[in-house]
Amino acid sequence: MSEEIEETKTVETSAEEQNTKVICPEKVEEAKLKARYPHLGNKPMGSDILRKRLQKGPKYFDSGDYNMAKAKIKNKQLPTAAAEKTEVTGDHIPTPQDLPQRKPSLVTSKLAG
Amino acid sequence: MAGAGGGNNDLQWCFSQVKGAIDDDVAEADIISTVEFNHSGELLATGDKGGRVVIFQQETENKSQPQSRGEYNVYSTFQSHEPEFDYLKSLEIEEKINKIRWLPQKNAAQFLLSTNDKTIKLWKISERDKRPEGYNLKEEDGRYRDSTTITTLRVPVFRPMDLMVEASPRRVFANAHTYHINSISVNSDNETYLSADDLRVNLWHLEITDRSFNIVDIKPANMEELTEVITAAEFHPDQCNTFVYSSSKGTIRLCDMRASALCDKHSKLFEEPEDPSNRSFFSEIISSISDVKFSHSGRYMMTRDYLSVKIWDLNMENRPVETYQVHEYLRSKLCSLYENDCIFDKFECCWNGNDSVVMTGSYNNFFRMLDRGQRRDVTLEASRENSKPRQVLKPRRVCAGGKRKKDEISVDSLDFNKKILHTAWHPQENIIAVATTNNLYIFQEKVN
Repeated sequence: MSEEIEETKTVETSAEEQNTKVICPEKVEEAKLKARYPHLGNKPMGSDILRKRLQKGPKYFDSGDYNMAKAKIKNKQLPTAAAEKTEVTGDHIPTPQDLPQRKPSLVTSKLAG
Repeated sequence: MAGAGGGNNDLQWCFSQVKGAIDDDVAEADIISTVEFNHSGELLATGDKGGRVVIFQQETENKSQPQSRGEYNVYSTFQSHEPEFDYLKSLEIEEKINKIRWLPQKNAAQFLLSTNDKTIKLWKISERDKRPEGYNLKEEDGRYRDSTTITTLRVPVFRPMDLMVEASPRRVFANAHTYHINSISVNSDNETYLSADDLRVNLWHLEITDRSFNIVDIKPANMEELTEVITAAEFHPDQCNTFVYSSSKGTIRLCDMRASALCDKHSKLFEEPEDPSNRSFFSEIISSISDVKFSHSGRYMMTRDYLSVKIWDLNMENRPVETYQVHEYLRSKLCSLYENDCIFDKFECCWNGNDSVVMTGSYNNFFRMLDRGQRRDVTLEASRENSKPRQVLKPRRVCAGGKRKKDEISVDSLDFNKKILHTAWHPQENIIAVATTNNLYIFQEKVN
């Protein structure tokens, strides 16, 4: 078991020594991410993640928003959420169709069973 | 084996019990969200996403089986929080129990604080094992007696009855948090406690529910300038004026409430300098501290970030005294862990009774025991396959790359949906509670 710690230590020190020659794994991963999502990082990343965190929780149907949007768009369809999206973003206004299911009735925890 | 030391070479862990359903189809409500022993270790509480609390009690030791310490059986269960709706913001308030903290026992009853995102509740758990019998005006079944038939008087007496454990909400501390509560911590003065959300820390008195003092506020005037949030907070175990809070940028601030009413200005700032050449897109995310815990001694504190556990000496702010890698092999998987959101998982950590060993969870239902004294570490697994009575847990190894040895598991085979986020260690004994997604495992040290 103590071998594990020593092994990690050796790997770390050799990584530091070879830093100029070998790119650290984090940077390799970063390059992969940038390749898949080229627009990531254009906005300050920190605030994006923090905003996502502060807004945790699904937004529910708001009749005010819904009716205002309907009035503006008139004949066009309201933008509905894509099937996979669980998060509200941007202009999406929840409609009655894409409301999450109401939670089931409360039962005793299975831990107590 | 005396004491709660983890420093013994021979310390091995055995399966003791597992609670919860076996089926793979996990209902969201059954996801365990917090685990906490009380101060004596006799009671073990769990909270789940469905807002329910289940409390287990350790049975008194069985004389015929002195080897295994008492088992934990259900003592009480109740619905602590229910889903609510914020009409103004059109948002649901989840009933998920974020944290449970026990109050030290003062009388026959037990008290705990449980919190969801917005509301903290103080619950009283009390036992009833006697009931009054022999009323003059009522029959035993509750029907009133015809007073004209009463010819003699008797004195009602208490007679034993089957034990009943009742949980009742004694205080509700509501409407003090705009953002989501991530921590609660009872002060050593046993009168006050703190609650922390993403941007603020509040101080409450246990008896007063209509008022709380804001002691930390990091909300910027312009929300566009927001760069860091509070991730955890805890009171010092014996200095009632001292508390710490950790941030999403990997820093910990220690505050002294004697210095000023508003503790925005820290007394100490714990931060490990970063090597700028190693900085990447992921650096800040993985440095975010998901848990902070003081040692029992009060001399040290432990922080958990995505890949490591750090032990800090409160007297030294510029770097931790010890750093342990939890699952360093994940550093080369950060891209996919970002895509599947696992990089944001919040792992907790805990100390053993004498601060010699720390424990934290990982993926694939693995958890790590890090022995500070012996400088040894071991990876163990909580699984149904290893759940025969008193079965000794075998150390697990992850192969980061290259040739996979027999009994090793490769990084790519790890199940990232099986996370152990919540663990707890009995305050005195070597008994640990490990929560997988919907099961609670209890392991005990092997006693020969």
